[in-house]
Amino acid sequence: MKVRLLDIAHARSGDKGDTANVGLIALKPEWYAPIAKYVTRDAVAAHFKGVITGGVDRYELPNLLALNFLLHGALDGGGTLSLKTDAQGKVFSTALLRLVVDIPDAEAKALAMPPATEMQ
Amino acid sequence: MSAKKIVRVAGAQGFWGDWLEAPRRQAEGGPVDYLMLDYLAEVTMSILQKQKERDPNAGYARDFVGAMESVLGGVADRGIKVIANAGGVNPEACAAAVLEMAKARGAAGKLRVGVVTGDNLLPRIDELLAAGHELKNMDTGEPLSVVRDRVIAANAYIGSVPIVEALTKGANVVITGRSTDTALTMAPLRYEFGWKADDWNTLAAGIIAGHIIECGAQASGGNCLYEWRSIENLADVGYPIVEGNADGSFVVTKHPNTGGRVSVQTVTEQLVYEMGDPHAYITPDVVADFTSIRLEADGPNRVRVFGIRGKPATDKLKVSIAYRSGYKAVGSLVYAWPDALEKAQLADRVLRERLDRLGLKFEQVLSEFVGANATHGPLAGPDAGKHAPEVQYRIGVRDADKKKVERFSREIVPLVLNGPPSVTGFAGGRPKTEEIVAYWPALIDKTVVQTKVTVLQ
Repeated sequence: MKVRLLDIAHARSGDKGDTANVGLIALKPEWYAPIAKYVTRDAVAAHFKGVITGGVDRYELPNLLALNFLLHGALDGGGTLSLKTDAQGKVFSTALLRLVVDIPDAEAKALAMPPATEMQ
Repeated sequence: MSAKKIVRVAGAQGFWGDWLEAPRRQAEGGPVDYLMLDYLAEVTMSILQKQKERDPNAGYARDFVGAMESVLGGVADRGIKVIANAGGVNPEACAAAVLEMAKARGAAGKLRVGVVTGDNLLPRIDELLAAGHELKNMDTGEPLSVVRDRVIAANAYIGSVPIVEALTKGANVVITGRSTDTALTMAPLRYEFGWKADDWNTLAAGIIAGHIIECGAQASGGNCLYEWRSIENLADVGYPIVEGNADGSFVVTKHPNTGGRVSVQTVTEQLVYEMGDPHAYITPDVVADFTSIRLEADGPNRVRVFGIRGKPATDKLKVSIAYRSGYKAVGSLVYAWPDALEKAQLADRVLRERLDRLGLKFEQVLSEFVGANATHGPLAGPDAGKHAPEVQYRIGVRDADKKKVERFSREIVPLVLNGPPSVTGFAGGRPKTEEIVAYWPALIDKTVVQTKVTVLQ
């Protein structure tokens, strides 16, 4: 089943130099495990392909029901150098929430995860 | 002292520019022991350094004098203490301005202002380089010599030790320069509970308490995505307060009868903000482990935080170096329905062709279409902005040559009459050309930096 992160997680993002970080937090405790399993470093790197110029690091914080992603080369140089509207990476959070992941039907249904709908 | 001592540290400013009402509301809305005001972002020191070059009595966060005035009664008569990194590159001048304000308000002698200095490495840079400290860029590995002649500020991030020293010497207001944001909260907890330099777990807990409240209302409902529609009364938002215990555990809360929300979700969003490797949040005092943090709801607008572990500090301090790095200008125009995005895209092609014909090449040119792709780029999808009632065309350039950037800034407004139709939103005229002050993070041996504490009255 296709599941959009917007429907199963919330997020906040910020910057350190030319790197944006996105903390991705499960909306329900039981959704942390599938998020940790299916929101892989590769999936996030593919999602941001063409948006960032560097690699992606991924960390797990099960205690906070959260993953932390570092998106390198995300901010056009970062800080004062950047010409971007979002020079400080404040809204990479919701950009990540656009990601749709594939979760086996049985697992998604058992955890009452909402299926992705067409996005407006 | 009661059997169980609780120390209340209230976050009252999250950056220079934060809500002017917040310090007074934190001082008056309920019991607090300390007000913590964080003024310094990465580039703030360089702005302050430029101000000090023009005026030797400037170079600190002037907002702080007004903030002190707004809480003067609480500090002078009710025993509230204040910790702030408002000193910027001139903590002494900041202290003098605060004392002068207190005198004018009839509170002479009521303030004992502890001034922390020693973080400013600008006068020592050549000496440090000569002694073999390379001050390499932590991100790129380049040696500082690459930009040495363009450096305008250099400050070591200092920790809790000199703030604790100032409190021990009787200060009720502590003004620092470039201390870490988190030390401003950890230091008063460390002072009150007598935590030792190797009490790694409690020191780490104090640092995490600081991380939670260092961005003001971002921990108490501000900028919170989780169930944001249901967060009540943001107009009256309560800033976060830490109620610290001797064992390092603490509760995050806010004053009664204020807006916003303190919940596990609002605190979690702030915890992950600007996070790097969660296993190693490195500070001058301790390395905190964010994977050890436990959160639990403790009644309405109360979150208990416990279980935090820390590891020994490193032998380095981070240094924030600012250097001149060319110029930039960003301009914009607004195109209206119908076909707003298409018109804005045509404007972009026309402008770029004109820049080409002028022979203007820049280190960087960035075009964005606000309403279509400015925040999420291609992730917004191929149809993003196609039916938007208006689209803002925003273009910026960056270059070492100021003249080229200035020339660019004259090419935008003419499009109003000689480009695509249905254009407005040019009231600002030509965009201004700004000098870029860039940030160079480095490390230095701790032994090199000697802080000094003076208490003024």
